[in-house]
Amino acid sequence: MNPQSAHPPAVVDPSAVGASGGAGALARRDERWQIRVRGLHKTFPPQHVLRGIDLDIERGKTNIIIGGSGQGKSVLMKHLMGLLKPDAGQIWVDGVDVVPFNDLEMAKLRRKYGMVFQYAALFDSMNVVENIAFPLLERYKLPKSEVMERVRDLLKRLDLENVGGIEQKFPPELSGGQRKRVGLARALIDRPEILLYDEPTTGLDPVATKNVDEMIQRTAHDFGVTSVVISHDMASTFRIGDRISMLAGGKIIVSGTADEVIRSPLPALREFVETSGLVAPGAPA
Amino acid sequence: MTAPSSVDGAPGGQTESRLGGIAKALLDAAVRPLRGLLTYAGDRTLLLSSAMGGLFRKPFRLRLFLEQMEFVGVGSLPIICFVGFFSGAVSAQQAIAALRIFNQERFVGATVGISLAQELAPVFTALMITARAGSGMATELGSMRITEQIDALSTFAVDPIQYLITPRIVATVLMMPIMTMVFNIIGLVGAYIYSILLEHIDLGQFIEQFTYWTDPKDYVIGCTKAAVFGITLSVAACYQGYYVRGGAKEVGLATTSAVVAGSVSVLVSDFFLIDIFHILWPYQS
Repeated sequence: MNPQSAHPPAVVDPSAVGASGGAGALARRDERWQIRVRGLHKTFPPQHVLRGIDLDIERGKTNIIIGGSGQGKSVLMKHLMGLLKPDAGQIWVDGVDVVPFNDLEMAKLRRKYGMVFQYAALFDSMNVVENIAFPLLERYKLPKSEVMERVRDLLKRLDLENVGGIEQKFPPELSGGQRKRVGLARALIDRPEILLYDEPTTGLDPVATKNVDEMIQRTAHDFGVTSVVISHDMASTFRIGDRISMLAGGKIIVSGTADEVIRSPLPALREFVETSGLVAPGAPA
Repeated sequence: MTAPSSVDGAPGGQTESRLGGIAKALLDAAVRPLRGLLTYAGDRTLLLSSAMGGLFRKPFRLRLFLEQMEFVGVGSLPIICFVGFFSGAVSAQQAIAALRIFNQERFVGATVGISLAQELAPVFTALMITARAGSGMATELGSMRITEQIDALSTFAVDPIQYLITPRIVATVLMMPIMTMVFNIIGLVGAYIYSILLEHIDLGQFIEQFTYWTDPKDYVIGCTKAAVFGITLSVAACYQGYYVRGGAKEVGLATTSAVVAGSVSVLVSDFFLIDIFHILWPYQS
């Protein structure tokens, strides 16, 4: 069932998707919205995964996309990163539709992005320094001293410098939390404007989850990046999210601040929020 | 679904329709294996062509090629020497047993030399490299796939096929002839020790018959076959690992498939290569 067809207006914040205007408005660099997605469709036969996504990502804020398993969150993330081409729709990044981009243009665009994977996706054959330096070494010819300076600066800012012998350690020797931080350092080394996190708290205990939440908030603040977080952890979502959107049935069914979203009467969202224990079942919206 | 019936409802129409269905099913059953074979060959050819495209495109990462050459070549050296020694000794044992019937043991050097150069060395080397390096490639690439390391490469605008597959295929193709020559030398040492020291064949006759009957052409044929085996076994291994979907179990299955597919492709291509070389260079007495 299409959730939008059976419920009240899906989008809570009218200044976002509803007031998008035409392509002319989207084609201008907007001070508030960094990424604007319109009518995004993707089918992996026979599954129609994305069924017309409309989404706005706010510049410099922590934007969280929530949704159940198999709803297409990771597919949406891969479209934002340019790893998948949509069947239809547009993705405007700073006023430029990137869907028609060729491989070379897309490679340049990806320099704007950093991505933190669910389980960090560190290269097993490389130590911590080689992992973090990888994007720099692949993209530029920088002196070794400058690369090391930037690596050590990130290790310091992400509280990794005090871990004994961290620079020469290999990924299997790191804890889950350390791995996430090294993954974040690798994503940040080329100073991206947009950071994508794919379910960053999956598989972590509550304390580690809280630490990762703080890390995301601090990174957004210290580095001034736009954060896009894919998550189904509702506690984390409401703790750190400046803007929350819910993906269900292949569409964004609600989008707004944490307060606006938690008060939404949409049954799909209520079920999600109530099951997480954030509000009591049957509590007024 | 009901079968289409004839307009007048005559039973003859139904019989024709049923016969048509049976014929279609039989045709489909006959064509399916051929379609499967073409798909199998086509998928691997596409991977090979993409990898070869990457060979002539910047950036050139010499370090990755050298690492793979070390893994395929130097890493396989002990097992190649071990198997080579006993293959040579066993070949000599069998040859002496057969030649003794005609009282012609002096030909053992020639028999072992030719069979090692043209057949035993390239095929056994390929099977050993498949078992050791091919399985290693499939496991490593499969693990990288399921832990999103290959996706991570894409996010840094690195072509994963150029980065991962091209060095593995090129290194295998370059190292196979070298390892085959090592197998030849060690195999001859095994044959020498068995024939001269244990069976007391005359050393002068052993060397004379070997140098008279064994031609540089035999080594050219053997090394060319080895290079072709290098392509088939490395493409089979890389394909199985690179396109893994699922988890640890699927990586294990991919490794098994890589060894089976690699070994079968070596033996099948050997059959055709023998014919091709015999047409190009017929046996001369």
